[in-house]
Amino acid sequence: MEYGLNPLIVVTFFPLLGFLVILFLRETQKEALRWTALLTSLITFGLSLWLLAGFQQNSGDFQMIYDLTWLKIGPALIRLQMGVDGISILMVLLTTFLTPLAILSTWTAVKEKVKGFMLFFMMLETGMLGVFLALDMVLFYVFWEFTLIPMYFLIGIWGGKRRIDAAIKFFLFTMTGSLVMLVAIIFLGLTMGSFSLPELMAANPLIYTAQLWLFLGFGLAFAIKVPLWPFHTWLPDAHVEAPTAGSVILAGVLLKMGTYGFLRFNLPLFPDAARSLAPWIGTLAVAGILYGAVVSWAQKDLKKLVAYSSVSHLGFVMLGIFAFTVEAAEGAVLQMINHGLSTGALFLIVGMLYERRHTRELNAFGGLWKQMPILGSLALVVFLSSLGLPGLNGFVGEFLILAGTFVSPVLNNPWFAILAALGVIWAAVYLLHAFQKVFLGPLKNEANLALKDLNWREIITLIPLLVLIFWLGLYPQPFINLMAASVEKLLK
Amino acid sequence: MLSETLANGNWNLAFLVLFFPLAGLLFNLIAGKWLGEKVIGAVASLATGLSFVMALLMGTWLMQGGGEAVTVPLFDWFRAGSLHLGWTLRIDTLSVMMMLVVTGVGTLIHIYAIGYMHDDVRHQGDPGRFQRFFVFLNLFIFAMLILVSADSYLMMFVGWEGVGLCSYLLIGFWYEKGAEGTGNAKAAKKAFIVNRIGDFGLLLALFLLFGAFGTLNFDPIFKNAALASPAIILAATLLMLLGVAGKSAQLPLFVWLPDAMAGPTPVSALIHAATMVTAGVYLIARSAPLYELAPSAQLVATWLGAATALFAATIAIAQNDIKKVLAYSTISQLGFMVAAVGMGAMVAGLFHLVTHAFFKALLFLAAGSVIQGMERGLHEAAHHGGEYDEDVDPQDMRSMGGLRSRMGLTFWVYLIGALALAGIAPLAGFFSKDEILLDALHEQPGVFAVLLTAAFLTAFYMGRQVLLVFFGQPRSEAAAHATESPAVMTVPLVLLAAGSVLAGALNLPVEGLHWLTGWLEHSIAGAESLPFDWLVAVGSTLVALSGLAAAYFFYGKRQPLGRALADPLSSAGCWVYSAFQHKWWVDDIYRKWLVGPLRAMSEFLAATFDQQVIDGVPKLLGESVKDFAIWLSGLQNGLVRSYIMAVLGGLIFILAFLLFIMR
Repeated sequence: MEYGLNPLIVVTFFPLLGFLVILFLRETQKEALRWTALLTSLITFGLSLWLLAGFQQNSGDFQMIYDLTWLKIGPALIRLQMGVDGISILMVLLTTFLTPLAILSTWTAVKEKVKGFMLFFMMLETGMLGVFLALDMVLFYVFWEFTLIPMYFLIGIWGGKRRIDAAIKFFLFTMTGSLVMLVAIIFLGLTMGSFSLPELMAANPLIYTAQLWLFLGFGLAFAIKVPLWPFHTWLPDAHVEAPTAGSVILAGVLLKMGTYGFLRFNLPLFPDAARSLAPWIGTLAVAGILYGAVVSWAQKDLKKLVAYSSVSHLGFVMLGIFAFTVEAAEGAVLQMINHGLSTGALFLIVGMLYERRHTRELNAFGGLWKQMPILGSLALVVFLSSLGLPGLNGFVGEFLILAGTFVSPVLNNPWFAILAALGVIWAAVYLLHAFQKVFLGPLKNEANLALKDLNWREIITLIPLLVLIFWLGLYPQPFINLMAASVEKLLK
Repeated sequence: MLSETLANGNWNLAFLVLFFPLAGLLFNLIAGKWLGEKVIGAVASLATGLSFVMALLMGTWLMQGGGEAVTVPLFDWFRAGSLHLGWTLRIDTLSVMMMLVVTGVGTLIHIYAIGYMHDDVRHQGDPGRFQRFFVFLNLFIFAMLILVSADSYLMMFVGWEGVGLCSYLLIGFWYEKGAEGTGNAKAAKKAFIVNRIGDFGLLLALFLLFGAFGTLNFDPIFKNAALASPAIILAATLLMLLGVAGKSAQLPLFVWLPDAMAGPTPVSALIHAATMVTAGVYLIARSAPLYELAPSAQLVATWLGAATALFAATIAIAQNDIKKVLAYSTISQLGFMVAAVGMGAMVAGLFHLVTHAFFKALLFLAAGSVIQGMERGLHEAAHHGGEYDEDVDPQDMRSMGGLRSRMGLTFWVYLIGALALAGIAPLAGFFSKDEILLDALHEQPGVFAVLLTAAFLTAFYMGRQVLLVFFGQPRSEAAAHATESPAVMTVPLVLLAAGSVLAGALNLPVEGLHWLTGWLEHSIAGAESLPFDWLVAVGSTLVALSGLAAAYFFYGKRQPLGRALADPLSSAGCWVYSAFQHKWWVDDIYRKWLVGPLRAMSEFLAATFDQQVIDGVPKLLGESVKDFAIWLSGLQNGLVRSYIMAVLGGLIFILAFLLFIMR
């Protein structure tokens, strides 16, 4: 137990400091509001680097543990217990890295109710960080639900035309899963006499039937979040209506909370159930890979197309997690980061187009590379990254997942990898289709002739993502080193 | 001191071969905006040229070391589980040979492109795109060098898809042009996606190899190949052939290459004739230790190549676009190479790869010279009081004719290229094709017959092309006013022509002069060349000559084919000729039976299934909860009698429960 200045607490709750400052600013001080939020998120990113500096990557255990008793319920203690390992530190870095970029994207996109927007954004960041760092299941649940509230309002207030419907749908879908998870958490905590993840991991596993039901209880919440096919229909609606910054965070981080949940809870706590259900989940994952890709191809709305591509990409992550090989699992974690970067960048690009043209219809565009050469060139790299071009970030993760799935003794069937690899072809089909519709061909639509290329703020928003897209493609080893010990421990 | 470091095989410098094109592309990318066309073109050409010098140096180092392969690790890529991969170069005689072809022919094409693109960007109306062209071209050289110098299948795959990307970017270079303004963009997309279908096979092959060997590095796989299960080797080699069919445009995936002619002509020469498309041949040669263990896969490869060689040649004889003829010819010649390496005749296949790189690059570039000559002629004709003839397609051979007198130099180099391709001694193509035929005769007589037929057609369509383009009377004003191209374009043509004449000397069929065989046997175990056979040599020459004679009979003597007239063969061949003309309807079949149904499925899933069925379930759930709530709220209707009824009902229920169930 440690009561000093624990870096996890500092990182998690620092955004609330920004929240407090913003609270005392007036709505009319729009610039100050934006800068406060941006600086807060930048400092949070800096703090997460500080966290990284103190992180021991040789150990697969939880580190920098903070532990404080909160409540006592029956036999079990509920604690403010937080800790970080090789998987969660990457998720923390992803969160703190994407948040400032998302805020930067609102500079001219969010003109009304800036104060409320930034308040919710700060709340959201603390919630997400808490999800990745909480070790106590009840605390995890609190943070999990806590992210729901700001995102609900971000979609419901700053969203598009059908924002209310989308927000409610998002809330109901997620809530349905969460409530089942809450029941599972309570049952598990009271049965085992502890809500603490490290303690539960050290205890003997439950009997198979209990594992199975609890796996499903937790799994439903996570599967909806991922979203695992066929629980995905909330996602396109939420994305299409959400403001750009919301979409970036939603795709970049919130979806990863689902896959993270499987890694954090379902695999270590219910190991036998996880292995016996692996072929089923693998099947849904492959279905999602192909289904998401095929449906993506038919979309007329660029944002919806990107949203369905997430269903396909997250299918790869799920497949990697449930292959139970080191290669596939490391590929899955890598792909969680990669998807955050690539899809985050895609949503930023969609937002830049939308801000200029107030439409996302593919048919409204065409030939934009000529009119907006900077955006065209940057978008090309992002599209290629998303379709898994070797040398860029998406490839290594995808390859590790597929190769690891192919040799997986748990799945024990080459067809998972073969069918999933078909998704690699499809990715080229729908992404190049989209790129052609927007950027290639002649500039026919007169409304596009007046479009201005990216300004400096927009370029600065995209550049950090592009740097990482190349970095993770050419030299992902530092990232793999961070997670390796934890992943190996998880699969033991 | 410099000369010393260079002479002694300082392998630390090997990275330079990749560094130069990378530096060139970054320089032009960043600074190109402020530089003139000449500087941009010079930097890009120099970068490729320096790579060529570096490859030459490494070749001499290899010879000093007795030809032993050298691996040069640059830096780590990733380590995950049991999979360790690095960015590691493999320098051996095979990779150096490929590097020399890529950078040697590449340099000449870069220089040519300075002149060609100067005109092209103006003709197409966007001079600013000159810079982008050379950035892409250097990127291509970089990716291609990664492909041929990789020490593992996965690093090779990076180059493999990297060159595919460059191909995509350069086919779609004029992305706002082509049919309906989207023709070029669609051709580019088609090339990438068809290649991805092939890459799918290659990817699966890599999974199999990883599963069997736990690694993807060449050496450990080849060393232990004999210990692996033959079924796995067979499956992996067959799946690789899918990748070969994609990249090297073989049946059934060749459909992207003819469309790829939408790219500027230097691109067609460099990427879609001389280098990238031969990557499939390289892959088989590189994987020779695996193919040797899988005779069935070798047989499939051989017949795949032979079938493609004949199939594409039949299409080539019925095309009227000067570049399309060359495109189908390339597919056909790649078929020769694939058939050769499939049979295990690695040297013959690679020999043909080298000679083909010279004469096909020459033919494409000379065709580019012809096209631009026609464009100049069009403008010239319009200038001299005539009207700018919109209907004249400067690539349509039916509008040409008589260019021999207008573009003398282009004519002579074109003739050399055409004769080399037709296999007329002593030009380069004769020796390499002869070696393939010789091997085929010994290994697979059936394949020999097919390839010989293809060789006849090759001579026929090249003879037809030369006659239609350069002989007879001009058939349009443009052709009558065409002018020769500038020196920056013609000098590379002359050099390539010299190569097309002399490259045969690389592997003369004489004892002691099998120089390429001796070179490659350091990389490919058991590389050998069969002794010269007069029968095959004379026979194949006669076949080629009769092909040329037949072409003269139909297209030389009678001066047919006005712009509106039908081809003399069309009346002779009825539906067969129609099949040639329509490329055996392969594209139409794919469109109707593959793309169409997939698109329909996609629309159905997106519009109907996803919205009605998958989203319908939760919607239905929500609706029924709502209905239930409405029904429930209807109970609270304010009528005392219904409340009493409910209380009474409750009482009865509780009593019944206590009396009968809890008893």
